[in-house]
Amino acid sequence: MAELKHEKNDDFEIVGKNITQMESITRPSLSYWRDAWRRLMLNKIAFASMILIGIYILLAVFVPLFSKYGYADVDSEKMNLFISSQHWFGTDSIGRDLWVRVWRGARVSLGIGFISAVLNAVIGSLVGGVSGFYGGRVDMVIMRIIDVLYGIPALIVTILVMVVLGSGINSLIIALIIVGWIGTARFVRGEVMRLKDSDFIAAAKILGVKDFQIIVRHILPNVLGLIITNLMMAVPNAIFREAFLSYIGLGIAPPECSWGILAKEGAKMLRVYPYQLFIPAFFICSTMLAMNLFGDGLRDALDPKLRGTE
Amino acid sequence: MAKYILKRVLISIVTLWVLVTVVFILVRCMPGEPFQGEKMTPEIKANLEAYYGFDKSLPEQYIMYVRNLLSGDFGYSMKYLNQSVNKIIAQSFPYSFDLGIRAIVFSVSFGIIFGIIAALNRGKKLDYLCVVIAILGTSIPDFIMGAILQYLFGIKWGLLPVAQYLGFRYTILPAVGVGFYTLAMVSRLMRASMLEVVQQDYIKTAKAKGLSKAEIVCSHQIRNAITPVVTVLGPVVASILCGTFVIESIFAIPGMGKYYVESVQNLDYSLVLGMTVFYGSFLILSNLVVDILYGVIDPRIRLQESR
Amino acid sequence: MKREKILEVKDLEFSFRTYGGVVKSVRNVSFDIYAGETVGIVGESGCGKSVTAQSILKLNPEPPGFFGEKSSIKFKGSEIVTKTEKEMRVIRGKDIGFIFQDPMTSLNPTMRIGRQIGEVLKGRMEGRENLSRAQIKERVLEILKMVGITDVEKRYKQYPYELSGGMKQRVMIAIALVGNPSLIIADEPTTSLDVTIEAQILELLKDLQERFHTAIIFITHDLGVIAKLCDRVMVMYGGKIVEKGSVEDIYYQTRHPYTVGLMNSIARLDLDKSVDLKPIEGTPPDLFSPPVGCPFAMRCEHAMKICYRKLPDYFDISDGHQCMCWLQDERAPRIKLHTQLMDKGEE
Repeated sequence: MAELKHEKNDDFEIVGKNITQMESITRPSLSYWRDAWRRLMLNKIAFASMILIGIYILLAVFVPLFSKYGYADVDSEKMNLFISSQHWFGTDSIGRDLWVRVWRGARVSLGIGFISAVLNAVIGSLVGGVSGFYGGRVDMVIMRIIDVLYGIPALIVTILVMVVLGSGINSLIIALIIVGWIGTARFVRGEVMRLKDSDFIAAAKILGVKDFQIIVRHILPNVLGLIITNLMMAVPNAIFREAFLSYIGLGIAPPECSWGILAKEGAKMLRVYPYQLFIPAFFICSTMLAMNLFGDGLRDALDPKLRGTE
Repeated sequence: MAKYILKRVLISIVTLWVLVTVVFILVRCMPGEPFQGEKMTPEIKANLEAYYGFDKSLPEQYIMYVRNLLSGDFGYSMKYLNQSVNKIIAQSFPYSFDLGIRAIVFSVSFGIIFGIIAALNRGKKLDYLCVVIAILGTSIPDFIMGAILQYLFGIKWGLLPVAQYLGFRYTILPAVGVGFYTLAMVSRLMRASMLEVVQQDYIKTAKAKGLSKAEIVCSHQIRNAITPVVTVLGPVVASILCGTFVIESIFAIPGMGKYYVESVQNLDYSLVLGMTVFYGSFLILSNLVVDILYGVIDPRIRLQESR
Repeated sequence: MKREKILEVKDLEFSFRTYGGVVKSVRNVSFDIYAGETVGIVGESGCGKSVTAQSILKLNPEPPGFFGEKSSIKFKGSEIVTKTEKEMRVIRGKDIGFIFQDPMTSLNPTMRIGRQIGEVLKGRMEGRENLSRAQIKERVLEILKMVGITDVEKRYKQYPYELSGGMKQRVMIAIALVGNPSLIIADEPTTSLDVTIEAQILELLKDLQERFHTAIIFITHDLGVIAKLCDRVMVMYGGKIVEKGSVEDIYYQTRHPYTVGLMNSIARLDLDKSVDLKPIEGTPPDLFSPPVGCPFAMRCEHAMKICYRKLPDYFDISDGHQCMCWLQDERAPRIKLHTQLMDKGEE
């Protein structure tokens, strides 16, 4: 131990422990929502998807307002025209301008997607929340009903409702809600029940916090992230359903148009004028893709387990 | 196990009953006179009245309707004479069933294989390729997929027939079109499941036993990763069925989906309702089969359920 | 008198590359294991004891994990660090058995018990006879009986979920034992079990060891378990062995302030109630950037200036008893460390 000889004697003076140094906080703390937002912005794919959806929404709002053609204007002299400076996406088999029709269709498709997803989330969260929070007999009755409803295939229910109510935007939204809220209610109930049993809720109860306050202050913030993620995932599903139902003739009734209707009309002309299908198809697919990728990003960003990571 | 199956069967029966009752109520609630069309002939009207018993009281009608269904009678067309739902089903269901089975076999087997390949090559090019296919697959609705396939392989390149259903070559495009979405979903799920299983402690145990990578993957990893895939088979059947609706119309296959879409477009409500009840029962039964299958594959499920 | 040295670990270093940087989980650890002895490794969570154990069988995932350059692990004279996966397969399960911490998750839920044990014996037993199916089954049934499982024919065909926790850990022991290894590494095998079951499992391990003279490396954070089972103890902290010696040395001649802290944290019935438990304040060091000095200095009430600056050497206390602490230096103030056990020993 020759090298030790260099040590001075006062090196062996006792200075004791130094715990504070180890436990200092190294990272500034961010609120849950700000942290989630930061991580969402860092996710390039999710960010790009969000921009794309934003652009689609703006075009859907403004193009039909300012275009010189109406979405239902028929012009028998300009049938099946290919893409040109006059008609950016060409015209369809009865001479309607496809550029306007695509964005009019976007209004309907996106509108149906968002409205039905939001209503699903609201109804599902209310039912699921009440069922999970109060438990007992209320829960049992609601859950039995949900179990049976869940067993009936969603497709069948939607079709039945459409057959009875007749085609149209309102009946489509109603049909989508009737099948959509059940899934939300089931998972919100599960989540609320899990939270209800957690220690911090017990602590709040012991401190005499009222039920309403517990729901608003403690349970809602914890479930909200999941509900929002679920909502975003429900939008592409609703768009898909709308397109499918319109395609088989049960969705939107002409002359009103949606992406599903455009795809259906385009498919008829597939052999001769494939662009009439591929243009609306591109918008359906890119929207679904962007919504799915954005939903994925949102799920990661709102996942409390991934907090603080890049 | 017996208790588990019994419980599933009971739930399915209740669900079926709710379905037929809801259909009955809807029929009675339809605004105006639903069964009126310009083509309606006295003979068809007589058929419909015999089936629905419009002249009787509601409870009697209900009993009659349920009895009809129980004896396997799904009703009549209101547009065409002597076209019963049963007759149409008997003619067209074999086509749809054949297409459905092909699509399921194609999508589930390739989905599982893609998922495994992606997971085993995590972070490499092959993985990205599989992930891209999966994302695209879940973003392209089947009617668009069908049309694209038909256009490219049938019309543009002339490799495969564009319509009808006469032999193996005719089945390829429709089956891919119907199954692509499911393939994407299954491969995504399988990949995630494989990556989760590989982190499990028992994989480390297997490694500590001195097993080779291949042995671990085959007998430990895949076997456990496949279980969650079985749980989505119920939704898979539903989505495949949904796919046959549009794909059959696109490829002019004389299956049930094509008739269904046609009867919707012809406003032939009684035909639509009859076929809907048939579809609904079929889906509920296939869900029952999947549930039981799941119980067989994962012994832990039986235990949880019977407690 | 000297027994056969079966495992020789020298300057073992094992680190993990993560997004946050390189974590040095094990730093310059050296120890030997002799045939038939039981050695305990004790320390709190994250001190590197599991990583040490798993690196002996190269079970840590590589990448992101990797060995330090000078690391050497010699099993019966042959170097393990440089072995390929294929070469390791021959050693795993056959020469060295491994018992994992949590029997609930360490058994494959979809495979029958018998097959899970039998797998160890299947194929490629290089240098050993290839067993037939029937022979494997016979051997598995035999080993099941040995680990105290009754009704073996029935158990052979059962799935893990049909077994209790203690039963599962017996199966894990059977897996470790079935290849007739000369060394078993047990990584906290009783941590997740009830106390009564824990006692049974410890009894079983002790019993089996006496019968087969297998060496055991026993990893735990429970000093009580060590006392029951082990001949020698190594205390790990911050990826390093801070004190090692025979059980008597460590319990009655405790030298390292961390070991003292561990001793004083044990709740014991036989000692004076008026004496409070003394927890060690603070948390283990951040292994992303381990302190330059002694890893324990920040939590050590006797820490000296030098402790923060320079890593102490190993000081020999007596034959086989070593301690990595500056307090053992001749220039350090004479501090009287004491634990209740030491006090009791002196009385």
